[in-house]
Amino acid sequence: MENKAEINVEEGLNTEIEINEEFGNKLNVTSNKRPISELDSSTEEKKKTEALLKVEDISLSFTQYASGLRQTKLNIISNLSLEAHSGEILAVVGSSGSGKSLLAHAILGILPSNAKLDGKIEYKGRILTQEKKKELRGKEIALVPQSVNYLDPLMRISDQVIGDVAEEDEKLMKNLQRKIFQRYDLKPEVDKMLPHELSGGMARRVLVSTAIISSAKLIIADEPTPGLDEKTLNETLSYFKDMADNRCAVILITHDIEAALKISDKIAVFYAGTVLEVANARDFKNNGENLRHPYTRALWNALPQNGFQAIVGHQPMQDEVIDGCVFYERCSKKNDLCSRGIPLLKEIDGGVVRCNNAVSEEIPNSDETSSIHGHELKISAKEVKEV
Amino acid sequence: MKHEKLLKFGGHEKLLGFAGKKTFKLISLLIVVCLASFWLIEQSPIDPVRAYIGEMSVTPEKQAQLEEYWGVNSPPQEKFLNWAGNILKGDFGTSLIYRIPVTDVIKEKFTASLILMAASWLISGILGFILGIIAGMKRGTWIDKIIKTYCYTLAATPTFWLALVLLMVFSVYLGWFPIGLSVPIGVTADNVTFLDWLHRLILPAVTLSLLGVAQIAMFTREKLKEVLSSDYVLFAKARGEKGLNLVLRHGVRNVALPAITLQFLGFSELFGGAVLVEQVFSYPGIGQAAVSAGLRSDVPLLLGIVLVSALFVFFGNTMADIIYEFVDPRIKQEEAAS
Repeated sequence: MENKAEINVEEGLNTEIEINEEFGNKLNVTSNKRPISELDSSTEEKKKTEALLKVEDISLSFTQYASGLRQTKLNIISNLSLEAHSGEILAVVGSSGSGKSLLAHAILGILPSNAKLDGKIEYKGRILTQEKKKELRGKEIALVPQSVNYLDPLMRISDQVIGDVAEEDEKLMKNLQRKIFQRYDLKPEVDKMLPHELSGGMARRVLVSTAIISSAKLIIADEPTPGLDEKTLNETLSYFKDMADNRCAVILITHDIEAALKISDKIAVFYAGTVLEVANARDFKNNGENLRHPYTRALWNALPQNGFQAIVGHQPMQDEVIDGCVFYERCSKKNDLCSRGIPLLKEIDGGVVRCNNAVSEEIPNSDETSSIHGHELKISAKEVKEV
Repeated sequence: MKHEKLLKFGGHEKLLGFAGKKTFKLISLLIVVCLASFWLIEQSPIDPVRAYIGEMSVTPEKQAQLEEYWGVNSPPQEKFLNWAGNILKGDFGTSLIYRIPVTDVIKEKFTASLILMAASWLISGILGFILGIIAGMKRGTWIDKIIKTYCYTLAATPTFWLALVLLMVFSVYLGWFPIGLSVPIGVTADNVTFLDWLHRLILPAVTLSLLGVAQIAMFTREKLKEVLSSDYVLFAKARGEKGLNLVLRHGVRNVALPAITLQFLGFSELFGGAVLVEQVFSYPGIGQAAVSAGLRSDVPLLLGIVLVSALFVFFGNTMADIIYEFVDPRIKQEEAAS
């Protein structure tokens, strides 16, 4: 079990390449400076089927009763788009308490009743309705919660991991649960324990087991690494890497960008209820010159090892009405256009960004990267039509 | 392993500490109850000699003799020490009304009451819990509103009034149940059948149960609401659990212990309710004995009943504490976290 703690990057890349071979027919789709609208429909079709989960322009708001009977609307998520692909880890990185968890809840359909969700969520190319969510959650879409508080305090661990199953399946599931626990080095006595008896590391493995036992295709991990020591952190991350290697799509919601970079293929930067940029993990290097959004760059440069420079200001409050770019107030490159209307999504260098000023920068070793991440479209500076 | 041992050792130590604290509390409680009730009786215009004599006519000499015999004129502290000393020896004195030792009276009456109270404790607990779960599950629907209205109405209803209404409806108008007493009139205790006895227990037990339902139902409803909005229920939903199964798997499991705890804490109300209900139904239990002892100045019996009822309520509270401290794993969890 010990060796699990270390993430084998080499191995990770190998699997990546294997995956790409599977998608071999798409390896050559490398076009430059051609608007996406002009791409032939078959390529677009393929791209569509490729994404296991496609979140398009969703907005989430809460109706609240302020003083008296006055209703107020609180916008938590607005114009958020992202995609999760099988065999890949997408990290959604943003500061704590900014509504990232609600994104997970929106996908799973477990939002509170006063929440209003707009926009489109597609799973396997089909619209994910609330009924569909109810049907799929726990089966094809699994959540890995952030702490042991998400386990029933009075239920034995094995019963919780097995979940609510039909009586005739119970024995089968029990065997499966035992096997999974064996793999995660959870001894038989853990089966009979109650959540409060678990150590931090054990709790992680139990929570991950709940997703594994479901054999889900899409795993949403909500802050799975809070306050973990280095060893447990790496160990936990390796579990998600394993899931991706087994052809699952993993969405890793976290505020820890460093942890996210260790295993993720793509990083979605969450800010003020929206995703400002989806960058490839390899874009995070040097001074962040490959990053597309000024906020992502600021985030990267704020890390202790990258200069520790903080930018002034704070995220807009959730009840603020913003006409332009949500990052306008803090942006150093802002212009008039930025204060009028939300910037459109652009696809640049294999990532997407919501910034008016973002332009493609030629990457010298683009050929090498494309052979690794070949199945991604490499398109430069063009706008994707707003839906 | 070592950690486990430490935990066990800790648990043992905790148990000893708990028992010690409880014993100390019980002793101090009994001392205070003894002092307070003795003082109250001292201050009251009750004349035990007069009560003993009753309707008999006695000469003033004889009365003075009796007063001398019982030490009526000795100072209060001497009386108290005398009485307390006897109690320590297990002698509660002789009941002035029943003319038998107080312990015997209490034993007999308390057994009768205990059956009544246990029956209504169970019925109200189970019924209240089920109603609370239903109301909590169907929050905001008509069924929830009906249960809520029922609970609020009952909570605002005086016990004796409800007892009278039930007596009027079921005994007088419908004639389903006898009007009172635990045995039919004119039958010796040996010849009373179990069914006879049960038949007479039903109405008082139902009255007492109906009143107990309100509190436990409302509590369960609130608690279930809390559980259903917890993180672990959210996660259960995310794993595809739903409907009645979800409530049974997680709701009932997590609400049951607090509800049982509350039910034990309700012992004092149960006892108070029993006094009134027994009075209305002429059920010969401890409540009725307490009322007659008070009305007819039976000081030894009254003091005895006060002590027993204090013990009874203390027992209920202790049970609640035990569940809270030792049975509920969530408390251990919180302790471990702190």
